[in-house]
Amino acid sequence: MNVVEMRGITKRFGSFTANEDIHLVVKKGEIHALLGENGAGKSTLMNILFGLYQPDEGEIYIHEKKVQISGPTMANELGIGMVHQHFMLVQPFTVTENIILGVEEKSSGFVQYEKARNKVQKLSEQYGLKIDADAVIEDISVGMQQRVEILKTLYRGAEILIFDEPTAVLTPQEIDELIVIMRNLIREGKTIIFISHKLKEIMAACNRVTVIRRGKIAKTVEVSETDEKKLAALMVGREVSFEMEKKEQKKGSIALEVKDLLVKGFHGKMAVDHLSLDIHKGEIVGLAGVDGNGQSELIEAITGLKKIEQGSIFLNEVDITKFKTRKIIETGVGHIPEDRHKRGLILDFTVSENMILSTYYKTPFATTWGINYTEVEKYTDRLISEFDVRTPSIDTPIRALSGGNQQKAIIAREVDRDPDLLIAAQPTRGLDVGAIEFIHRRIMEQRDKGKAVLLVSLELNEILKLSDRVAIIYEGKIQGWVDPKIVSEEELGLLMTGSKQAGGDAI
Amino acid sequence: MKNTTLKQNRNSALLTSILSILLGIIVGAILMLLAGYNPLVAYQALLGSAILQPFDLGETIRTTSPLIFIGLAVALAFRTGLFNIGVEGQYIVGSLTAYLVAAKVSLPTGIHALVAVVAGGLAGAAWAALPGLLKAFRGVHEVIISIMMNFIALYFSNVLVRTWLAVGKDSTDKIPPTASLRIGSLSQLFAGARIHMGIILALLAVFVFYYLLWKTKLGYQLRAVGYNRHAAEYAGISVRRNIVLSFLLSGFLAGLAGATELLGTSEYIAIQDAFIGIGFDGIAVALLGANAPVGVVLSALLFGVLTYGGGNMQFVAGVPFEIIRVVFAAIIFFVAAKISFRWGNRKKGKAYA
Repeated sequence: MNVVEMRGITKRFGSFTANEDIHLVVKKGEIHALLGENGAGKSTLMNILFGLYQPDEGEIYIHEKKVQISGPTMANELGIGMVHQHFMLVQPFTVTENIILGVEEKSSGFVQYEKARNKVQKLSEQYGLKIDADAVIEDISVGMQQRVEILKTLYRGAEILIFDEPTAVLTPQEIDELIVIMRNLIREGKTIIFISHKLKEIMAACNRVTVIRRGKIAKTVEVSETDEKKLAALMVGREVSFEMEKKEQKKGSIALEVKDLLVKGFHGKMAVDHLSLDIHKGEIVGLAGVDGNGQSELIEAITGLKKIEQGSIFLNEVDITKFKTRKIIETGVGHIPEDRHKRGLILDFTVSENMILSTYYKTPFATTWGINYTEVEKYTDRLISEFDVRTPSIDTPIRALSGGNQQKAIIAREVDRDPDLLIAAQPTRGLDVGAIEFIHRRIMEQRDKGKAVLLVSLELNEILKLSDRVAIIYEGKIQGWVDPKIVSEEELGLLMTGSKQAGGDAI
Repeated sequence: MKNTTLKQNRNSALLTSILSILLGIIVGAILMLLAGYNPLVAYQALLGSAILQPFDLGETIRTTSPLIFIGLAVALAFRTGLFNIGVEGQYIVGSLTAYLVAAKVSLPTGIHALVAVVAGGLAGAAWAALPGLLKAFRGVHEVIISIMMNFIALYFSNVLVRTWLAVGKDSTDKIPPTASLRIGSLSQLFAGARIHMGIILALLAVFVFYYLLWKTKLGYQLRAVGYNRHAAEYAGISVRRNIVLSFLLSGFLAGLAGATELLGTSEYIAIQDAFIGIGFDGIAVALLGANAPVGVVLSALLFGVLTYGGGNMQFVAGVPFEIIRVVFAAIIFFVAAKISFRWGNRKKGKAYA
């Protein structure tokens, strides 16, 4: 039986067509992947199914009945639930309180908390979610919070669950657990639509996959009849090389040396706890770790954005421990920040204004008082063509660009200064295969030019693919060093959760 | 395709302003109808008495010039992400200082006025420094401090007038003509209206405002901090320094407003029992003008016309001036509610999401 059928869906925003004549059929009891680059139209399509947008053309059938979904409330009534990428949870509330929020059962004005709690606990057991109904959200892990989101849709009676990029925030072990949970859901008769651009997960978890390219359906295929390479080609529209040609490393002297560093995090706890680290010229050091183990604080300390309590940092034998951010940048540090919207860009500035963010006061851009915008434009023109930043014009506010193009703009700005140390934090988060390939090549080029690179990423295969050495950070300390050529993802995962010390293969 | 989004943003700001003005005028008209007045007659009287006669035109321009300064002052702080609600106090301090320089120092004609104007601006900047410094270094909310600074300025000025500048009287003597901003030939051109050099200085300030914010390094920093201070910090721009600078510049503009009003319009200081409310008008001007230089000039002009013409409307059509204040408030209400949002912006914005 076709649980969801979307026929000839077209959605336009002004002159821009986000979805064009899309046909999507999801069968009962399957995990159906929706694969596509960022901006390909996956989210638009799912927002139409969830009632947030109305299609300009086309029809939707749920359980083979034609429907017109006027809004999320109606979508819920039809049994459609969405697990959002960004969780919609009230942090100081308990699991149960979050789940019943908006659908509280009341008796003479009082919330039937105990009854709801039992129902939550029962649902959790039924689907193997292992959730404590009384736990407070801010005390539980990100993976658990995601399960609360799943439970929320189940509590509301969802039969069709849409997962929007669910694995972006999870560790490898949590991803495995999620896949198990999804299988449980299917066994209990649910249907899942799984939005992703991660090929490996789709291959591991899904039954069928529909690839969307530039707003149109490229193809729907059985997962068992395809492979990662074919899917990537469908998604991007050309052959994609997964293998990166890694040149022979020309390792030089030490470029970055971090000694016995202490940095405070929130609540006064040490986020970076007596950490030492070194990176040589011509080397990419990958820093692997579960989110929130001191990676961000380490980067902010190196770049002068966070106070250093103790310890020292040297860049090419210059002590930069006490330098301010500008001086550190001038000493030769480039920084691709983990959150491009918070740190990396001024979204209301134009593309060209963003290109001079840390160099606006220098020649050739600066005159005595003013800024020479002719030079800025010339510079921007060169960067956007060299780094393939696709923008309507250099005067467009950078907010209007896609995530991939925004990221390319940041990378252009940081790499073009040719820094001795490039810090790349989550450089490809949320980007599609084509952009990832491009960015990886640029990072590799810096290494081949004899620069030092610190790569911080939650994507293990990114770390393993690019790094010459991998350091594992756990609770603010380096838990161990491993050789990416011989370590397995499973072993890395164990090191990252602190349950194993680096053993014989440490380097 | 070039520049489309930029234009869309500008157009939507313009659309918001125009729609808000129209709706504000309609709200005023409804009120007049309810109160038994004929809005057509009233608005006709308002407009006619604001601009038709040279004298009235001159007086309207005079009313407009401090609004331009104050509007720019508020807009500059907004551009750096700060809310300078202390412009009223900075205005008072600016006018007090300009009076002191005018009355207690002797200098040749012209130079005297210029020195007094600059001194007024600097005093406004100094008055704004405290909230700026507290915001930058202690994280204290600038709105709270600025409001308190307004009260200090108001009563401090009153104390000085009562105990030193005009003992036993409610107001001081007039400033000496060497410090006046009035120019005989300019007044004659407008049939003796009190129009003065303030408008020239205000228009100059508009140009400086534009040049400073969009063509200089300082302006780049101020806007960067205003839009996203985390990114500014990341790029090595000192957020604290720019917060203080923004407050100083904003206070300077507010001080200029006070100084030019004193030296050109009133020429003396009187004891005030309450705020004259120019600070709030300035916030309104900046909001309606979308913090843009030309926008501030146009909205200041609109408020100038409404204020001056509204006064005359009272005599000509018998409609109370309070109605005009309601129109002001309604316009700002609609601007703040982003009235054009649904019609223009929303769908286009989403297309890129």
